[in-house]
Amino acid sequence: MLNALFGELSAVASHRGWPRAPVNAGTWRGIGEALREGKLDLLGEWGDAAAVHCALFEPATRKLQIATHEAGSGAAPSLAVFHPPALRLERAIADLFAIEMVGLPDRRPWLDHGRWPQPAPLAQQRAAPPAATGATPPARAIERPPYRFLPAEGPGLHQIPVGPVHAGIIEPGHFRFTASGETVVRLEERLGYTHKGIERLMAGQDLEPAARIAARLSGDSTVACSWAFVQAVEGALDFRPPPRAVWLRGVMAELERIANHLGDIGAICNDAAFAILHAECGILREAALRTCARAFGHRLMMDRIVPGGVAADLTHDGEEAIRALCGRLSSEFPELIELYDNTASLQDRTAGTGVVKPSLAAQFAAPGFVGRASGRAFDARVSLPYAPYDTAPVEMVVRQEGDVDARVWVRILEVERSISWLRTALTALPSGPVRLPSPATPATSVECTAMVEGFRGDILAYVRIGAGRIERCHLRDPSWFHWPLLEAAIEGNIVADFPLCNKSFNCSYSGHDL
Amino acid sequence: MRRRLFKNLLSEPCTEPLSPQAPGELETLGAELRGAVARGLGRSLAIREVDAGSCNACELEIHALGNAFYDIERFGIRFVASPRHADLLLVTGPVTLNMREALERTYAATPAPKWVVAVGDCAAGCGVFAGSYACVGAVSKVVPVDLVIRGCPPTPVQLLEGLLWLLRADGRAAADMA
Ligand code: SF4
Repeated sequence: MLNALFGELSAVASHRGWPRAPVNAGTWRGIGEALREGKLDLLGEWGDAAAVHCALFEPATRKLQIATHEAGSGAAPSLAVFHPPALRLERAIADLFAIEMVGLPDRRPWLDHGRWPQPAPLAQQRAAPPAATGATPPARAIERPPYRFLPAEGPGLHQIPVGPVHAGIIEPGHFRFTASGETVVRLEERLGYTHKGIERLMAGQDLEPAARIAARLSGDSTVACSWAFVQAVEGALDFRPPPRAVWLRGVMAELERIANHLGDIGAICNDAAFAILHAECGILREAALRTCARAFGHRLMMDRIVPGGVAADLTHDGEEAIRALCGRLSSEFPELIELYDNTASLQDRTAGTGVVKPSLAAQFAAPGFVGRASGRAFDARVSLPYAPYDTAPVEMVVRQEGDVDARVWVRILEVERSISWLRTALTALPSGPVRLPSPATPATSVECTAMVEGFRGDILAYVRIGAGRIERCHLRDPSWFHWPLLEAAIEGNIVADFPLCNKSFNCSYSGHDL
Repeated sequence: MRRRLFKNLLSEPCTEPLSPQAPGELETLGAELRGAVARGLGRSLAIREVDAGSCNACELEIHALGNAFYDIERFGIRFVASPRHADLLLVTGPVTLNMREALERTYAATPAPKWVVAVGDCAAGCGVFAGSYACVGAVSKVVPVDLVIRGCPPTPVQLLEGLLWLLRADGRAAADMA
């Protein structure tokens, strides 16, 4: 399919790695149709000063292609007309760039709540870095009519509004449930509350400060976010980080995966009122975080992956700490899994709850455990392998059931595989420097798109660098494609099962809101 | 499960003594604060956590306060689901413009006497998001802040020391309260 659409087109020379090609309206339409027919996966869509880009993946050939449609006149044709998963991405493009997505079926603003000092903050990108201390922007500069939730009407239906401030220690977002008695008829999400203006902040920055911002796209995935960003930067600069640094990045990413999966498994059980597994997983998670602190100097390993390599080397002591963690997990984790598997009252809550149908997971190119629990065999470490996973492969975990239980099991098995991968990596760890100075950046713009598998799923990073500074950076968190599926998964379930379903997805608000 | 419970019954708790020194990274905006909190609340503190646009890492570490190592409830501190039940708001993030009103309304919904603790470099002064069109910046620009706990994110130990410092009326070491 990619060949049929892009075979004749020449790729942009400044884009390194996977090719990027400008396309005309006809090809853009062809892309939309291929997406609708399920021949291609949409992995991202983002705006630029006078263009709209989309990232496409062809499962049959395992190829990634970026397509660009110009939007110099302030408009570009919508892909969401053909392919609903593009809907929120295009609403965000319209909000941030004031690019009219012609034909967009839903024109309500998405990230823009009418409170920014000016609308379309990325429409005229300035190359100069923003002033470090700005005056406080006035609140509510633009008065907007209240947000229109989609109507859901019928006898006996009632609405339950939740958020943005939730009951637990979690991020802010608004959920509008329409319920018939106990059963959820529809859930509509409203997000954007944590929009921090990351893309505009990054424009014009030097590489290092930009990397610190990228590391905070979604704090729980800080390693993977940093890695995706620096991989795109290094790709654009045609720079190869030292081998030891590449392996250490893998070690950090797997530690991050283990810690988050442990936290998630415990939290899901807790939402099914099974507190003992929450406590036990909490202990193992804390052990993992302390290991990270000992090995890499920060519990969440924030800012440890930097352009050119990693910030600090792994010492012998750190290596021993990771080995000890692997040993502890191998002996204690199976016992907890047995407990999960043999507790009928817990299984009663998780099995058959919050089902995402495989067809829907495929349509949304559902990243990470959400996709892999619903039969979508995609893991960036395997499907678009990057170093060090190209030489030390991980085995992908795929389940078919698509319920909360399947999402727990994908995590369980991934913890086990990450432990064995870590053992291999520590043995294979080459010696040598862990950081090299990045090469001088060329005078003309260079760009690259990279993809890294975080614990939650694949993170896409597009970076364009000109004269040593970021011209444009877009980071697509996996949650973009999880959130709409959560709406689908809860339908027909009881309201009381929402926390359980929600935890089994564990979407990032910050990563999505940018 | 019984085996597991029995094993846990016989094993030592995970909790550890805290360091007795005064926490180094704290800044208080009101000298009277400590005494006031302790006088008003004794040793019971109900906290409502408000994420005003954090990257979610601060939340992870606040969450960790509940695990078996830090077990914050042993100090009489607990997290509640509504600001109506809270004595103290624990606020994270660079206060995005999209969250500003929600933060103001949460503060208004909290009954007096109430305190606000800003957690993390973002809440202290916007952190790496300084200069963004979408952020107000320090929490203190929106609601009065009584205590700032810095860090990106602050560790659970730093968080615990900060909160215990509030509850410690007579200057006893935090460890004494364990
Ligand atoms: S202080 Fe750091 S960890 Fe906390 S919200 Fe801000 S960026 Fe995230």
